Amino acid sequence: MLPTPSTSHVCFDRVYEPAEDSYLLLDTISAPSETAFLHDRFPKASTTPLVLEVGVGSGVILAFVAANANTIFGRDDVLTLGTDINSFACQAASQTVQHAIANPNHSIFLDVINGDLASSLRLDSVDVFIFNPPYVPAELPNFSHHDDYNALPPGKQSTTFEQDSYLLELSYAGGEDGMAVTDRMLDQIPFILHESRGVAYLLLCAQNKPEEVKQRIRAWGPGWEAETVGSSGKKAGWEKLQIVRIWKP
Amino acid sequence: MKLLTLNFLTCAIKTCKSSPLSFPLHPREVELEILETDYNAVFLRNILPRLEWEALRVLAGELGLPSLPESSPDVSSLSTSSEEDDSETPTQVAQDLHRLLLETCIKEGKLVCGCCGHEYAVKEGVANFLLPGHLV
Repeated sequence: MLPTPSTSHVCFDRVYEPAEDSYLLLDTISAPSETAFLHDRFPKASTTPLVLEVGVGSGVILAFVAANANTIFGRDDVLTLGTDINSFACQAASQTVQHAIANPNHSIFLDVINGDLASSLRLDSVDVFIFNPPYVPAELPNFSHHDDYNALPPGKQSTTFEQDSYLLELSYAGGEDGMAVTDRMLDQIPFILHESRGVAYLLLCAQNKPEEVKQRIRAWGPGWEAETVGSSGKKAGWEKLQIVRIWKP
Repeated sequence: MKLLTLNFLTCAIKTCKSSPLSFPLHPREVELEILETDYNAVFLRNILPRLEWEALRVLAGELGLPSLPESSPDVSSLSTSSEEDDSETPTQVAQDLHRLLLETCIKEGKLVCGCCGHEYAVKEGVANFLLPGHLV
């Protein structure tokens, strides 16, 4: 069992608190079958892999990968980079990762960028992509106040209640079928992933219609695969949450 | 924000992606800071092949940092090995590269797209790539 990074410094009033979905991603990525796959895909002599997590929230997942790079990839030279639409999450996650790798300081943490999904990433640049999306079927928040809500109110030292509610909604509300944000992300994935060795891990819930999502990914073009590599909350034959691996073998 | 991060970033506006002008982003009115971090020899060796060297040269030039050689240094120039105890010592080239890629950070300033001219702010080390509604 690898240790879970500490997020005790994070204010969960406006940043998503690690939950069952986060832990399923940690367990899946560090499971023997997945680490064997990653060791094989990123052999020690190959160039340094870049891990990108979109929507880092508290940073618990990215910090886990950074701190356990040696177990997960079999090498210490792994770069980690995060993005989040919530600037408070960017600051919190950055601290979480730095704290997790402080001792011993092996893998290399780059930054957490405040942005929309992976819109600022160069084509073909990401080797390992991780996304725990806002997957709950619920109306998307109204983005028109994002700039105001994304920073402390002028002259104030704390956020407002409306602001915190909005920022938390961003972390879970996924629109129709809980897929509005994930669909936008899926449009970007084939472009940002490294064309030969890129691999993506995507969390889906049952309401996201995961079988249909996987079919759509396989239809991206020749070579694309999408398989469930982790799941939790099995009830009457269907999984509540699952992790889908997207890659070209 | 580490300078190495800029090796992986471009303008967030979709129509700029296909233009070579959108990479690298150009730093403006930047305040740099040095944040020290452990030297990692294996990392330096394995990141070298995926550095966009020409972009890094442009960046170093625009930031007024010591200029970089025209082509990427060879992996063999990163360390000298001692015959006595089999240890490896990082060369000046390697130490400079470590300082440039991982320790030289943009604290405040702007990153500008060479294609559309859009400016992305960096505040307290965090770059903001969110676009106003009409540009998405």
